[in-house]
Order: sequence, then C-alpha cells, then structure tokens
Amino acid sequence: MTDTITVDDSLGEKIEGGTCAPEECKKIVMDGLWHNNPGLVQLLGLCPLLAVTGNFINGLGLGIATIITLTASNTIISFTRNWVRKEIRIPYYVLVIASIVTVIDLSMNAFSPELHSVLGIFIPLIVTNCVIIGRAEAFASRNKIPRAALDGFMMGLGFTLVLVALGGMREFIGNGTLFSDAAVMFGSQASNWTIRFFDNYQGLLLAILPPGAFLGMGFLIAMKNVVDKKLKK
Amino acid sequence: MRKHFSAMKKAGLSLAFFAFISVLLVAMTNSLTKDKIIENQAMMLLSALNEVVPTDRYDNDLASSKIILTSQDTGFAKDTPVYLATLNGVPSTAIFEVTTLKGYSGAMTLLIGINANDQTLSGVRIVNHKETPGLGDKMETRKSNWVLAFNGKSLNNPDMNGWQVKKDGGKFDQFTGATITPRAIVNAIKSTLIYAQSNMNTLFQAGVK
Repeated sequence: MTDTITVDDSLGEKIEGGTCAPEECKKIVMDGLWHNNPGLVQLLGLCPLLAVTGNFINGLGLGIATIITLTASNTIISFTRNWVRKEIRIPYYVLVIASIVTVIDLSMNAFSPELHSVLGIFIPLIVTNCVIIGRAEAFASRNKIPRAALDGFMMGLGFTLVLVALGGMREFIGNGTLFSDAAVMFGSQASNWTIRFFDNYQGLLLAILPPGAFLGMGFLIAMKNVVDKKLKK
Repeated sequence: MRKHFSAMKKAGLSLAFFAFISVLLVAMTNSLTKDKIIENQAMMLLSALNEVVPTDRYDNDLASSKIILTSQDTGFAKDTPVYLATLNGVPSTAIFEVTTLKGYSGAMTLLIGINANDQTLSGVRIVNHKETPGLGDKMETRKSNWVLAFNGKSLNNPDMNGWQVKKDGGKFDQFTGATITPRAIVNAIKSTLIYAQSNMNTLFQAGVK
C-alpha cells in the first residue's frame, strides 16, 4: 500500500513541455474566452454571476475582482504545486483562495474606499466562486507558472465578458440604459457616461429581478451554441 | 498501518505549515491596512453626515459626539445612534441614524437631521437599503431628487395627516410602482420627528456630558 492516494487525472488539463509556445498560448486564450468559458461552458460561479449582473458596471466590477483573484491564485498554486501533497490539496486551495480574497478585500478597503464601497459586497462572493478552485485543481496544479497565470487571466477575462454581456443586456432591457452608476467606479468624471436609449421608457422589471438573470443566461448559452454550430459547418 | 499514520502526519503537518503562512500573510495585511480603513470609514461617515447638515452649521467633532439610543427606551426598531452638531457650543442639529424594518425587502437605514431650534428637517439621506433596483431605489440622491423634498419640513408643515404618501391621503409622492418603500421612509421620519419634539433638549444635555 502506497502512502499517496491516487487521483484521477482524466479531468485535468495538462499541457506537456516547459515554455509557453505560441500554439499552446493560443489554446489557453481561446479556451478561456470561448471553448471552455467558465460562465457559458463550465457553468461555474453561477451564484455571483447571476446575483450581481443587474447592470453593466456591477458586472465589470465583479469581473475585474475575479480576474485579479484568479490570476493570483493560479500563480501561487502553480508555484507551490510540487510541495503540496495530493491528499491535502483541496483544503490547501481553499486556504490560498480565502487568504488572497481577504488580502485583496483589505487592501482595496484601505487604498480605494470608493471602489470598495461598490465592489465590497462582491469580493467575499468570489470565495464562493467555484471557477477559482476549479482552475486551481484542473489547471494550475499541473502546469508551470506562466501558463497557469495566463490561464487564470484568460478564464477571468472570459468570465468578465459573460458578466458584462449579461449585465448590459439586463440593464438595456430592464432600464433602457447602459453604463449607469459608472461614477461609483470611475469617479465623478464618469457621471454623464450613462446612455439612455429611449425617452420615457417604463422599463421591464423582470429583466432586473433574479428570473431575468436566469433567462438572460439561458439566451447567452443558446447563442453561443448557435455560433458554435455555424462555425462547425 | 504505520505507513498510513506517517502519511497522515506528513499531510497534517504540511497543511498546518501552509495555514500558518496564510494566517501570517492575512495578519500582516490586516495590521498594515487597519488604521487606514478606520480613517476611511470615519471620513465616509463624516461625508454622509455632511450631506444632512452643511459644514457651516456646526463646528464640533461631529463623528465622535455620538450618543446611542437603545431601542427599548425609545420605540425605535433598532438601537439608534444620534450625532449632535453644535455651533459655538449651542445645539444646532441632531442627526438620527434610524433603521426601519418596514421596507419592501429588509432593513433600511436613514440619516435624519433635525434642527434643534425649530424642529425642522435639515436633510434626510438613505444610507443603506436592499430595495428593488430600478423600482424602489429612487430615494437614492443619484437616482432622483425625491428625498430632497423633506428638507425644511416639520410636524407642522405639513400637518400630522399630511405625513403620509399621497396614496394614503398625505402630501408626499410615492414612486411609480413602489409604495411600500416611500411609506416606510415617511413613517420613519415622522416618528423620529415626534421623538425629537419632546426629547431634543435631553439629547443635547446628555451629549454635552
């Protein structure tokens, strides 16, 4: 009997070789943004995704926070991958992710309180985002640092694109606006960024309420599938 | 068996080691950012208070001249901090941080500034709420000017019956599609005004001590 528990590697994505050749990098980028998009394909992190996308700016805020966390956690987990025993890897990931999120939360609160007052509620939500532990297990723990960092960044970016698409869609249908509340993120010069598409638009409340998030998400996934089908032909 | 045990020991020890590093990192960040965060929070509180009482109406350290009214003595839904603004030692404005539970979804926190001399409202702001976005959030100043309509109002202006939303026969607008939220706000302000009417002097005497 060996003292390690065998782990099923079939779920992991390991790319052989040391450096990040252009071909492999392209694969990582395309996986993150499209083929294996965390929001549309892996369907991970749905809780924050559906909860905060009431408008474009909220989506962007959570997206940026996710990119930072995911890149940092992937880098650290890849850096330490040879020292962490397989039996304890899951609690170790939780430890790393929770620490990173706490550090980001505290630093943001100290150095950018305005941004924190907007994103503050989303940052603890990131801990619950399974896409982060998912990438740690499936990619960062099996690949070298530059690739893991690139994967984290691209997965985060892919997630952000879904967030802003869904947020923009719900804001447009629900309120008839785009970029409202931009000032809370970009300062007072952004207060007139709001685009109003129709005069006297009554709004469709359903789009802003939680059911609208599920409906919008469904449409986005369906649209991706249609595009994929067209691309195959 | 022994092999298992040694594997467990190794795993446990290394996990403890990583936990130690993480705790160290978080503790370090906490001690580096702690003072700045407290300072930021005080500044945010002060800027919120300044929206309710203009800076030329007081000259004391507003954020620290605070007394807390307990809910069982006063009839407020939650413990209510009151910030006492004085100008040249004379009571100027009392700012009540009132929490109402009558909103559409959960608690709402309001800052209600009441002038000491004539019991009129110097201003009202809603600082914390979970009302429906796009429907019940028009009390935010960045969404509409609705909440500014309370400036200068008192229990005589409008009269007691007027302190309701128009739907209930009062003087204050409700929002399109949302009556519960404005009703809760109007009621909270009204009951705070009633409380202040008979307790204003006691408040400032307690605050000066």
